[in-house]
Amino acid sequence: MRVELTVNGEPQVADDVWEGESLLYVLRERLGLPGAKNACEQGECGSCTVYLDGTVVCACLVAAGQAEGAEVVTVEGLADGDALDPVQRAFLDAGAVQCGFCTPGLVVAVHDLLARTPDPAEADVREALAGNLCRCTGYEHILAAVRLAAERGGEGRS
Amino acid sequence: MRFLRPHTWAEALGAKAEFPDALPLMGGTDVMVDVNFGRARPNALLDLTAIPELRTWAPDGDALRVGAGVTYARLVSELADRLPALAAASRTVGSPQIRNRGTAGGNLGSASPAGDAHPPLLAGGAEVELESVRGARRVAVEEFFAGPKRSVLEPDELIAGFRARPATGPQYFAKVGTRNAMVIAVCSFALALRPGEGVGTGIGSAGPTPLRAYAAEEFLAGELADRWEKRDALPGPVIGEFAELVAGAARPIDDVRGTADYRAHVLRVLARRTLTWAWADHCEGGAGCA
Repeated sequence: MRVELTVNGEPQVADDVWEGESLLYVLRERLGLPGAKNACEQGECGSCTVYLDGTVVCACLVAAGQAEGAEVVTVEGLADGDALDPVQRAFLDAGAVQCGFCTPGLVVAVHDLLARTPDPAEADVREALAGNLCRCTGYEHILAAVRLAAERGGEGRS
Repeated sequence: MRFLRPHTWAEALGAKAEFPDALPLMGGTDVMVDVNFGRARPNALLDLTAIPELRTWAPDGDALRVGAGVTYARLVSELADRLPALAAASRTVGSPQIRNRGTAGGNLGSASPAGDAHPPLLAGGAEVELESVRGARRVAVEEFFAGPKRSVLEPDELIAGFRARPATGPQYFAKVGTRNAMVIAVCSFALALRPGEGVGTGIGSAGPTPLRAYAAEEFLAGELADRWEKRDALPGPVIGEFAELVAGAARPIDDVRGTADYRAHVLRVLARRTLTWAWADHCEGGAGCA
């Protein structure tokens, strides 16, 4: 089947989509956007976190057909050209990246958190990121990145 | 496989009548896991997310009618005052990403004994609205579950939503698992106090279906009958007996998440805690607890 959707502001068409296929597969394998990662395929790890019509979801649990007509924003859509989103910049500056596999999902989750709660309490941060696993267990630096992004405020955040 | 995506409820009922083996799909947090892992290969997926009426809730008489497509995130943000135990249970579901997609309607459809929405719906005396092209019917939640992951839903029926009376007193939900997020309940319990009226309970993950603890409800309602107005402290033995009766109503098994003995223990603890919290709230709502 054909699925038409908007991804990072651009209209996209995916053809020959299997009816049981996930939005994640469409993004990665059909639209060439490998930012959202494929890991657990059961909504446990958060590495495929994307925005679907403005809310963060696990793209592995969205059937491709459910995204018909939807607005999707992936981690590739956060930077403005070469100018990183402040959340991405904070992850770099805080050294919140080890192997990097969980990073795209975390960046999108943190982007969503700070858009809704610009100055989150520690408990808010932990709750917001409860569904994003880092197998390197680099959580302390990730939390430091969130605090850094929050301290720098929403300047330039898309 | 077909992908059916009706845009109205009438179209959805027509599609389910035409393709009774179609697997209804809402937030996908259960169904897509089974599809991704090859455990589900239905002839058709029936996507219900494009039907606006499923996403609404509204008062209807003295009850609230909540569409099957209202997400856990919205149950928390919009209905915590009227359905506090369900909102508390919703807060414990998965992660923000899961709560943005998952729904209590989908939880009912999956009919897992461990579904977090079920104990509060049982305690709150909710009814499930089922509909097909043949007509609509309402089923009390305790009559809805037929076994592990089985319900009384007919092949041509869909879950339209559920109805529950807004809370008239304190309600609590408590759940035990290995961490605070992303966890299937080892055991869970919900309690609803209806001052001057009675008590509702719901047990999760400790039997082939979610269960009500009828004897515990009856016992506590009797003990509270002349205490609703007095709002005095509940004697320890009353709380203890309630906890025993709750544990006695469960039919737990040993499995990878916990043993039957542990689940019975957990239920005693959760029953005692939720009753203690709820009764303290009730006392604070009046002249103050002795």
